[in-house]
Amino acid sequence: MMTKSKKLRWSFFVFFIPVFLWLLLLIVLPHIELLRMSFARPAYLKQPGFTFSNYIEFFKEPIYWNTFFRTAMYSITVTMIVLIIGLPVAFYITKVASFKTRGFLTILILIPFWVSELIRVYGWTIILRESGIINHFMTKYGIWKQPIEMLYNDAAMIMGLVYTSILFMVVPIIGVMDSLDNSLIEAAYDLGAKKTVIWRQIIIPHCMPGIISGCIIVFMMVLGSYLTPNLMGGKNSMWFTEQIYNQFILYRNWNMGSAFGFLLLFMSSIIIWVALKLSGQSLKEVVK
Amino acid sequence: MIRSLPNSKLYTFTFTAFIVLYFFFLFAPLLITCILAFNNSMIPTLPWKGFTFFHDPINLRAFGVSFRLAIAVSLMSTAMGTCAAFLFEQENFPLKNVMYLLMIAPIVIPGVILGISILSFTTTVADFFKNNFGIRLDFIRPSFWLVAFGQFSFISTYVCMVVSARLKKFDRTLEDAAYNLGANRFQVIWYITLKYLRPSIIGGLALSFLLSFENFNTTMFLVGAEFPLPIALFNRVRDGSTPVINAISFLLIFATSVCAMVNLILSRKKKED
Repeated sequence: MMTKSKKLRWSFFVFFIPVFLWLLLLIVLPHIELLRMSFARPAYLKQPGFTFSNYIEFFKEPIYWNTFFRTAMYSITVTMIVLIIGLPVAFYITKVASFKTRGFLTILILIPFWVSELIRVYGWTIILRESGIINHFMTKYGIWKQPIEMLYNDAAMIMGLVYTSILFMVVPIIGVMDSLDNSLIEAAYDLGAKKTVIWRQIIIPHCMPGIISGCIIVFMMVLGSYLTPNLMGGKNSMWFTEQIYNQFILYRNWNMGSAFGFLLLFMSSIIIWVALKLSGQSLKEVVK
Repeated sequence: MIRSLPNSKLYTFTFTAFIVLYFFFLFAPLLITCILAFNNSMIPTLPWKGFTFFHDPINLRAFGVSFRLAIAVSLMSTAMGTCAAFLFEQENFPLKNVMYLLMIAPIVIPGVILGISILSFTTTVADFFKNNFGIRLDFIRPSFWLVAFGQFSFISTYVCMVVSARLKKFDRTLEDAAYNLGANRFQVIWYITLKYLRPSIIGGLALSFLLSFENFNTTMFLVGAEFPLPIALFNRVRDGSTPVINAISFLLIFATSVCAMVNLILSRKKKED
């Protein structure tokens, strides 16, 4: 028995050391460095030390905090839209479709998401832009006199964000809806419950864990997305990730960029924490 | 309401129409891209445009970079993800919960933030070594390997999730039986546990390959002189459409759909077995 436990310890370190190094060198230390950078003066000033100036600059400049709150509000809006579309889709696939079409539909909803986000967004741009498909047909058949620019506005951007993230709402909801016993719905129906009552009192409460994890994952994806707002959004309505990119790559002001990064991380953590507290779930259950 | 209950015609019809619309919405951009790959500027031509891809040195190089990157990242993160799965499923140690939370954090950290934090950290370290010891650590400056490390940092988490899911179902009495027959810990892992985990390890490899191949957000901060395909394509998409983008998109949609189909059919078969 002695020898066995000795060997177990040895194998423990074989697993522990690489994982520990991964988390330390690529997750923990980089974020500590990001936090440190956000409180440091830009390197070209040659005066090291602690400063709040990066954060003060953020609140002084309306374009920064406007973008910040706009990004947060739009992310919440997109998450709500995705939930409203995603719930009936998941319901149809698990409860309404016949067993045969069910497997087929499940495969079908997955396929587009294997294709890279860039290409899916590019597909939308060639449909919507001024020289795009819709305008081509609309002007060809004389419905519109001249092409209308449908791209580069907030509505197009929201649609694009809904498109790129909806799978991550539908899949967790399908997961929990599967475990909902049909006889509960049948019983409620037999007792004369209306559809709205069945939804409110049976289906939604049962699906809450899936809805919460779907919402959190979709929210994080939308908040952190860069390609869709950049390619579909308007020129004067930026996403906060674009501000971070500009600070880091265009202006080379890494300290400001770090402060922005931390603000984004802080805001998302707060919103997720509130969502978890309200629903009484833990992060472990959410990511499964 | 549901399939076992009587539904009004109107209900069934509107619901079906909604789902049809949803799938139309889902596939419209992909179908349009595929059609345009063969039908540029609305004039029907033979599908030879696709081959311009192979005559374009920039794209060919970017494709090569992405391919090498995806191979490197998938091998590294599958090894690390499997290690992590063993660590969190089979070992017990103090602060295990804290470490587990850190391990799943990359799922909820936006890719952009992971990118900038790794960039600032490695730059500081590289500067430190250069200024104090005169050692040049170029592989942690923006370059191929820095992109690989950046992608590895979060893709390992996804692999760990996939492998853990299967390891959870593993019957540990099989291990005890092997110990009783005189096997040591490594023989048990090698001959029994890893054999059992093989489907999920292959799944992890495929998943990490794909995630690495199409990652943009983390990659864009860490690229050096070698541009992976998504970065090279993005620069061109922003400048406007070219037949080349349509062709590449078509090839990628086709390739990923085939891979997805094969993967789904295989996993389905396995479930039936």
